[in-house]
Formats: sequence, C-alpha cells, structure tokens
Amino acid sequence: MKIAVCVKEVPDTTAEKRIDPSTGRLVRDEGDRMLNEFDKYAVEEAVRLKEAGAADEVILISLGPEKAVESLRQGLAMGADRLVLVSDPAAVGSDYLGTAAALSKVLEETGAELALLGSEATDARSGVMAAALGEASGRAWVTSANSLAVSGGSITVERQSDDGVDTVEAPLPAVVSVTKAINEPRYPSLKGIMGAKKKPQDVKSLAEAGVDAAAVGEQGAKTKVVGVETPPARTAGQVVKDEGDGAQQILDFLIEKKIV
Amino acid sequence: MAGILVVAEPQGSGFRRVGLEILSKARELKDSTGGPLAAFVGGSGVADQAAQLGAYGAEKVFVADHEALGTGLAAPHVDVIAKLQQENDFSAILVGGTAQGRDTAAALAVRLGAGLNSDSTDLAAGGSGLQAVRPAFGGQNLVTSEWVGGPQIALVRPNSFQASESGGSAEVVAVTPDISEAALRAKMTARKPVEEGKVSLEEASIIVSGGRGLGAPENFAVVEALAASLGAAVGASRAAVDAGWYPHPNQVGQTGKTVSPNLYIACGISGAVQHKVGMQTSDVIVAINKDEEAPIFQFADFGVVGDLFDVVPKLTELINQRNG
Repeated sequence: MKIAVCVKEVPDTTAEKRIDPSTGRLVRDEGDRMLNEFDKYAVEEAVRLKEAGAADEVILISLGPEKAVESLRQGLAMGADRLVLVSDPAAVGSDYLGTAAALSKVLEETGAELALLGSEATDARSGVMAAALGEASGRAWVTSANSLAVSGGSITVERQSDDGVDTVEAPLPAVVSVTKAINEPRYPSLKGIMGAKKKPQDVKSLAEAGVDAAAVGEQGAKTKVVGVETPPARTAGQVVKDEGDGAQQILDFLIEKKIV
Repeated sequence: MAGILVVAEPQGSGFRRVGLEILSKARELKDSTGGPLAAFVGGSGVADQAAQLGAYGAEKVFVADHEALGTGLAAPHVDVIAKLQQENDFSAILVGGTAQGRDTAAALAVRLGAGLNSDSTDLAAGGSGLQAVRPAFGGQNLVTSEWVGGPQIALVRPNSFQASESGGSAEVVAVTPDISEAALRAKMTARKPVEEGKVSLEEASIIVSGGRGLGAPENFAVVEALAASLGAAVGASRAAVDAGWYPHPNQVGQTGKTVSPNLYIACGISGAVQHKVGMQTSDVIVAINKDEEAPIFQFADFGVVGDLFDVVPKLTELINQRNG
C-alpha cells in the first residue's frame, strides 16, 4: 500500500506575519518558512505505518511555491520516500476548492490508497482540507484521528468529535486527518537530513500534473478577498500588584464588565 | 437564488449555541438576501426540538431524522443539505464552526462547486449578497471576503454573535433523508462521550487557561476549580501541553486552537506570540502572572502581578460565594 501525505509550507509560527493589503494575500517573502507543524503528525503516522510493514511507500504531495521544497524536505528527512510538489504561477490564489481539486488529481496519480493530512495549517487555521479532499477525490473520509489502524482493506480510527471520542471504521481508499494526540513526531536524524536531499523531489506545473488550470488559482476561486484591515492592536489594561486583594480586584473588574 | 439556510446542530434536547447565534445574526441579513430565513436540523431523534428555532427567527425549519445523521460524521449531512439546496436554491448557507460543521461545510462546498469562507467572525450585507470577515494571524489583520457565484457558504466561529430570541414561530418541514451508500462508508461504531459538564474549548464563552507557571500537572486542579466556578472550559498553553501536563485538545495558540470567548483568564501564561494569536480575539482578557515583565500584561485588559496559587483559589472562592 502507498500512503500520500498532504503537506504545506507555512510561515514560521514564532514570527509575526502580515497580509499585503493590495493583494489580500499572505506576504510570502518574509522570514523563515517551515513545514506546517500539524503535518508532521501525519508524516510521522505514515512513516510508522511503513516501518510496521503496513505500507511500502510514503509520498508527500503539496501545492505551493517552488522554493517550498526546502521546507517540505523535512518530511523526507523524517522518512517519507519522495515529494511531488505542484507549483505554477497560475495556481497562486487558489481557494479551498482549487487546492482540493489539485491535490485530488495528484493523489490519484500517486495511486496511494490512504491519504493523510494534518488537522489544520498554522496559517489558514481552517481545518477544512481533509473533508474537501475526501469529497473531491470521491473517497471515504474521516477527520481528527487520535489513532489509526490499517487492516486488510479498511481503517479503524478513534476520532475526536464534538461529543467525545468515537470509533469509526471506513474502507480504503480513504482520506484521514490526524490530531496532535496521534503520535509524537520524530526529529529527523542527521542521516535522515542528508539522505533527504537525494530523495526524488518532483516539481510539476499544473499541466504536468494534469490539473485543469481553470479550476485553480485566482481564475478558479469562488471566494475573493475585498479588503484587509489592520485593527488597532490590543493595548495594556490595568495591571495591579497582588497585595492580598488581587482576587477581589479581578472579581470587581468582572462585575464592572458584567461578566459575572 | 434567495434566502439563507442556517445549519443548526442539535445537542441533547436543544441546539449548540453557535447555531442560535448565527440565526440571530441572520435575522439582520435576510433583507439583503431576500427569501425566507430557513434552518436545517439533521440528527437522530431530533424532530421534536426543531420548532424551537422559530423563537430565534427561523421561518422554516427543515428537519431530517436519521440514525446516520447523529454520528458526528458529516458525509450524510452533506447529501441531505445538497439536496435541499437543489430544491430551494438558497443564496447563502451558514454553518457553525464545530468539528462536524467544518467537515459539513467543506465537503458541501466541493459538492456544490461553491465558495467557502471559513472562520468568519462577522457577516454583513454587501457585494453580491454577503460579506464575511475573518481574523488572520490571531486578529492581527481582519480580512473581508466575498463569494464568486453561489451559494455563499460560510463557517462561523462560535461566540461571534449574541444568541437572542425574537419570539417568532417556524413552519417545520420534515425532509426524507436520502443518504447515498458513499456517505455511509465511514461508520461510527462506538462512542466515548465527553465527561458530563465539560465545555468544549471552541464554543465556551469563558475559558480559564494554565501555563508553565503552574509548575506541575496536578496543579491544573487550581485552574479546573476556577473554570468549574465560572462554567468555563479549561485551556492550556503550548508549554503546559508539551510538558505533558494537559491534553492536546485543550491547547490554545498557534499550534493549538484559536478561541474567541467573552472572557479569557490566563493563569501563569507569559503570553508569547505563539499563545497570543490563539486568544487575542477574546472580548476580555484577565491575566495572573508573577512576572510583571510577562508580555501578557501588554495586552490583557486586567492583570494581577502575583502568585497564581494565592490569587486563583481566592478568586474561585469569591465566585463560588457569589454563585451562592
């Protein structure tokens, strides 16, 4: 079985970020970039399944700028076998629909029976891609897996739902997003990091990937940003030193704010 | 295309509050979209509660009752809502940002080839129907988006609007759930419910969070006691979660959850960027930290420099006294 892991390059989570008001898009040339932290759990889970003999190849798939290869290589260093990155100026500005359409096409090309995703990306924070990809690819899909077992042609997942933790079974091929509870991602070894550079890293245009350009990028997007505002930053309120009455002062403040 | 469909998720014998919040807001928006304000209720054994939504402004409530709609899995809901959309041609479909809501809206958008604006904290009439506002980077920017074509699907963050009754009544329409085999491939076979009385982090109107300053996992009891006195959910900083003191689903911050409660109380949390972007859209922030230089005091509305092990238990006692 092959496993595809959808990965994304995101801005460094410790850095301040901004949106360019003229384009409504994230400023991409600032600061450090990294593999989305949530994706590491999906990569780790895929690599563990391979190590356990349940999979024979782990393929990272992504849509993004060409230089994202450098961040995404971390997934190769963790043990994934190869990377397919669709990168094309015409894909810039893709919304969820466009991204799901492109990833679905690439997923199909890899022949992977299982697709794994992180539960969300640290930049967009929407957590919608697994369901969108599940629907776009016509596969069974399960989100927010705290655990994942593959057996025969099906998967068993413990998923974090709104009401608790549910056990869900689904047949392969499937799309699954994983939570941070599923594992503890490894740090790549030096050998892994060195080896990652030699693993196949295919950067494909939309045409090479067989993705319909009309479905992606700005031209395919069904949402458009019409304004970006920078609201005034929160400012410091009242700060008091606890002289034994700190708790009472908080209560008075909450009463004044009509919260309690 | 006309009218707004609000997806209201049932919970027990009532509804998750976010659905009521969206309905209350949609009353203001329906003049710009024309058509009726409708709601969708999908679940198992939910026919009786559907009429409650009339009080929040729903004129028509479509209710689908089916075992597969009560599993937390969204695919069956997508089938039913997509069919409703075909028959009624709503101009907007508004969904609460719960786990089930996110899944439903995302798959529905793909199914209908419709745009999805996620994580909306405000909705307004404008453009070709509605405009959605979402905070980016924890509220550092506010992004206004429109849709190209329709229906206009939006995911709305809990606590964005006030739920208020308008005193109307709704026509309840029973829908025969027509669920495809494909939507039943994923099956829920067992459920471990959340503990009684625990409030989900994203929907909570009050959150009490603990960080590194707690020093040890057992000290979260102090935070939990304050949370219990306020009917609040418990959050944790990355430092506390990475140390194994509190579980991942409770993490607030860049690599955890983004929350917007009415009140956020940070106990022993320094307030680094990583944490700040996950909670700075809260209405009111209170911080307790022994380090007066902690960054959290630069954006908290009320800060107490002091030992949280003195201040937090005292505050809990004061609130419990007040609760009687």
